[in-house]
Amino acid sequence: MPRFLTRVLHEGSSRGFVTAVLLLFGCSAVALAQKPAAAPLGIGRAATPADIAKIDIDVRPDGQGLPEGQGTVAEGAAIYAAKCASCHGKNGEGASFDRLVATDSGKNFDFATNPKLPRAVGNYWPYATTLYDYTYRAMPFMQPGTLSANDTYALVAYILHLNKIVPENAVMDRSTLPAVKMPARDRFVMDNRKGGKVVK
Amino acid sequence: MERPKSISRRRVLAAGTAGIVGAALPIAGQSADQAARPKVPADPTKVQGPPASDVGGRSPFERPKRLSFSDRRTSSLTPLQDLDGIITPSDLHFERHHGGVPAIDPQQYSLLVHGMVERPMVFTLDDLRRFPGMSMIRMMECSGNGGRVYRREGSQTDLTPQQIDGLTSTSEWTGVALSTLLREVGASQKATWFLAEGMDAAVMTRSVPMAKAWADALIAYGQNGEPLRPEQGYPVRLFLPGVEGNASVKWLRRIEIGDQPFMTREETSKYTDPLPDGTARIFSLDMDAKSLITEPSFPDKLTGPGWWEIRGIAWSGRGKIAKVEVSGDGGKTWQLARLDEPVLPKCHTRFRLPWQWKGGEAMIASRATDDTGYSQPTYDVLLAARGPSTAYHFNHIRAWKILADGTVKFGGAL
Ligand code: HEC
Repeated sequence: MPRFLTRVLHEGSSRGFVTAVLLLFGCSAVALAQKPAAAPLGIGRAATPADIAKIDIDVRPDGQGLPEGQGTVAEGAAIYAAKCASCHGKNGEGASFDRLVATDSGKNFDFATNPKLPRAVGNYWPYATTLYDYTYRAMPFMQPGTLSANDTYALVAYILHLNKIVPENAVMDRSTLPAVKMPARDRFVMDNRKGGKVVK
Repeated sequence: MERPKSISRRRVLAAGTAGIVGAALPIAGQSADQAARPKVPADPTKVQGPPASDVGGRSPFERPKRLSFSDRRTSSLTPLQDLDGIITPSDLHFERHHGGVPAIDPQQYSLLVHGMVERPMVFTLDDLRRFPGMSMIRMMECSGNGGRVYRREGSQTDLTPQQIDGLTSTSEWTGVALSTLLREVGASQKATWFLAEGMDAAVMTRSVPMAKAWADALIAYGQNGEPLRPEQGYPVRLFLPGVEGNASVKWLRRIEIGDQPFMTREETSKYTDPLPDGTARIFSLDMDAKSLITEPSFPDKLTGPGWWEIRGIAWSGRGKIAKVEVSGDGGKTWQLARLDEPVLPKCHTRFRLPWQWKGGEAMIASRATDDTGYSQPTYDVLLAARGPSTAYHFNHIRAWKILADGTVKFGGAL
């Protein structure tokens, strides 16, 4: 069926195309030409809650998507030493890969004019939730997707603490993490380039 | 024009004074190189050639290659100096990936669309192919393209077009409009952003405004007449015309419709542009107008004074190229280049200008203007707007320097 239909659709504006669409989807050819799917075409299947739960791992700044669980700075330090330090440095100062701890507390934001100021979590990242989202989905680099929610909360707590953003006794969970205010939070501005004569 | 051994295509263009005379001639007097050349019959009219084949290949004399900088090979650049026209052969389309190239069985593939929708749905590859489809010829450029010559301004002259700007390519992309899928799932009119997620080891994610989804976003399964190449997202990728390449998430597994940006790592830590006023621009998705002369370029050598055709590509992520101007005197005077058809929006556009090299040193440069009226800025103008250590979108005017002996070097910026 898909093969047949694909062939019919490829005939473009021919009579066969219109007829096939009318027969199959029962909508007007004119409406179809302007808005191909004004009404559902009935292709695909309904997603089950399980389909969604399996891969819906993103976390937004407002905390939507954060799972149950929690982690402390001390727990994070232990996991970090075992799973992250080899690439990111003993104290997050960077090694073969990215620095995770800023060299300053974030009061300087002259990245555009100061090539010596490295961008890192503590001085450049606007949202703490991003740290959870990225670590959970992509780290450790050679074993992505293997961290538990608790491990991830703990690692986030530890990295935020190394960046002097949360205290040593901080506990990260779905309510405390979105409340963390990052030093760079208010530094970001939406793209204002629009083409035209002015170079921004 | 001679192209040294390091460059795959070797040509000699005979220079005449009456007009442009271009002819591919064998290169005389390069015996070491000749020994390595593929063997061909002395006279092809006297022997039967090989029969038809299942899959064709390039002439053994043509060996264009992508180029990768780092040992980790997280990107590779298109050999712009080896290409004619506007289409990039699929196997030479630039690459950038964050978790390698995943191997995906198309029969196992599915795309989940959920979030602020009436009907969360799962689509197989057959489902996606069954929807009314469309094709578009569009460029894609990585917003990091050209960073090398922006940051190390003037210091390097032995750079090819590929090394400078090889993170841009053009293909014919085929797929189903994302808007078609949005209608199928009943996407909420209140939605303002969607998240696109890949199924590579980086599980790449980017947020994109819904306006783009409704306007011209494509769920692509075809590239230049065949299924996507693995490194381009096989079997299905998002394609966002005119937008920085990273947002066109490859190996697409999920689209979530929402009412705020998701603020992923790739749109906060990366792909944001620090500005001199102490802010950083976020969601700087559109690629501004740009152009690059690809011939003559380093390491070509003009064999003598006379007429040469200056050739290059221009593009804008905002629309069509309105004009390309070429200067033969370092930007003092500019002449309109001819644009080859087709001139498509958000697409490489080929420009050409016959130019007389009088001998002696010369500086050639190109400047693109798009149909919004935006002209490619000089380096100083861009530097003032962005600062020396900003991170992306490096589209200032590039120049090539012709030395008195005809050697061509990268001339930095105007
Ligand atoms: C094998 C080396 C390796 C290990 C081990 C590793 N990472 Fe990474 N990490 C990387 C690489 C490579 C990148 C950059 C990936 C990219 O840019 O696509 C990265 C990026 C990051 C970033 C983003 C940095 C930025 O500023 O954008 C964070 C945060 C991070 N890793 C956290 C972790 C944590 C937490 C662990 C331990 C669970 C870990 N990594 C283990 C290699 C590693």
